Amino acid sequence: MNNIILGRYLEGNSVIHRMDARAKLILSFYFILIVFLCNNWQTYTLLAVFTFFCVLCSRIDVKYFIKGVRPLIGLILITVLLQLFFTSGGHVYWHWGIFQLTSFGIINAVYIFCRILLIVFMSTLLTATTTPLEIADGLEALMRPLRKLKVPVDEIALMISIALRFVPTLMDETQKIINAQRSRGVNFGEGNIIKQAKMLIPILIPLFVNSIKRAEDLAVAMEARGYQGGLNRTRYRLQKWHTVDTVAIIIFGGLTLLLLGLRG
Amino acid sequence: MTAIIKVKDLSYAYDDFKLGPLNLTINQNEWISIIGKNGSGKSTFARLLDGLIEADTGEIIIDGLKLNEENIWKIRSMIGMVFQNPDNQFVGANVADDVAFGLENRQIPHAEMVQLVDNALKMVDMSAFKHHEPDKLSGGQKQRVAIAGVLAIHPKIVILDEATSMLDPEGRRELLNLIHQLKNQYHFTVIAITHDIDETVDADRILVMNNGQIIMDDNPSKIFTHDQQLLNLGLDLPLTEKIKKNLAEDGIQLSEDYLNEEEMAKKIWELSSKM
Repeated sequence: MNNIILGRYLEGNSVIHRMDARAKLILSFYFILIVFLCNNWQTYTLLAVFTFFCVLCSRIDVKYFIKGVRPLIGLILITVLLQLFFTSGGHVYWHWGIFQLTSFGIINAVYIFCRILLIVFMSTLLTATTTPLEIADGLEALMRPLRKLKVPVDEIALMISIALRFVPTLMDETQKIINAQRSRGVNFGEGNIIKQAKMLIPILIPLFVNSIKRAEDLAVAMEARGYQGGLNRTRYRLQKWHTVDTVAIIIFGGLTLLLLGLRG
Repeated sequence: MTAIIKVKDLSYAYDDFKLGPLNLTINQNEWISIIGKNGSGKSTFARLLDGLIEADTGEIIIDGLKLNEENIWKIRSMIGMVFQNPDNQFVGANVADDVAFGLENRQIPHAEMVQLVDNALKMVDMSAFKHHEPDKLSGGQKQRVAIAGVLAIHPKIVILDEATSMLDPEGRRELLNLIHQLKNQYHFTVIAITHDIDETVDADRILVMNNGQIIMDDNPSKIFTHDQQLLNLGLDLPLTEKIKKNLAEDGIQLSEDYLNEEEMAKKIWELSSKM
């Protein structure tokens, strides 16, 4: 589990770490949208330079971001190859059956590669500089208007925050169950797929049963502590909108205008 | 002494288990220990007091308020409960969040909440761990946080439902000392449910439960003189009683009454100087 870099929080105290989670969430979504504005090398260069600037601002090692791309390499390769061999138009360099290598194809493949890379970098930046809890709080704040549509935003937020809080606890428990079953002679990771899937049963069943027991205990404890539902609770954790956040939004606005201007 | 909890003809049935009818009065600032073997109805009783389960008959009056649909949240805000498993009662994402959970439910304004949380963490000596996540804390530390969460709401009654049973001996002793000390400071009533008879020696009163009935209700020194009866109930004896029994087998008779550790040391001292 330790080699999954994607989505992990890295402690730090950079400008980006200190930004408000709501601003970071909005801007990350917005970034994904403006990536699609790019359609020539000027715009891609501009966006790449901008992304690199953001990465520098976070004071996180670039190597970390490159590692974050690694698990996605298969996906990127497939997309790029599909673009490369199945795009028609422009000068045809090479041709074999349904496969063809064209100038349009090459350009498109490079663009797609850049697009995915930029999006992965930016979302890694979001998760690396924001704790899961801040992300949950930010999402809740952004979902708040949905209350008018009778969406139980507070309950969803509480569920997310409890889920996040129990992730390490359940991981620990899973490991304990695996070890306990191993000590009783179950061999994990051997045999064919069906055999391996069957071996998951002695892990999954106790894990489910324990989770239900935990949920019961937690519900009783919450009720004993006066929890009556999401509405009308005050908040201990507060989110603060800083000047940095406003500045960041202005920068993104300027970036959008530049992109629109450079767009071919 | 004023009564804080009054229980009249309380009964509750569940599958083939029957609790009660119980009649009981608990006074303010008392430390009540409830002992009994598994399935004797201790936890059920605690849950009935907090309104977490509904009684079949009888009534519970807490601080002058009758426990019913209307008063239940008022009564819950007077009672702080600490449960057995430190992990399963940790609601917040980190220590401060968890302590604040009860305050959030009571709609305490943010500024006041920050203060109350800090104070509560100071009381249990966990201020340094304020931003720690639960998986970075030991069991004893998590129970301290649970107690801080209970103290933050300034309860009149603290119920410990086997709150120390998953801790190591040292953590257990520390936690009980802490609660004793906080009780003297903030004057709340403690109802401590336990399997461990050694935890009850400092109680003001001990209730022994068996098969859903309270079969003994007295101060520790009286209860511990019923040693054979306690053993028959599957309960252990406190350390001093065990020593006394062993000495009796060797023909050395100490007093008939219950002796705490200090009194026992003194008694043995007297005896050995006579020899």
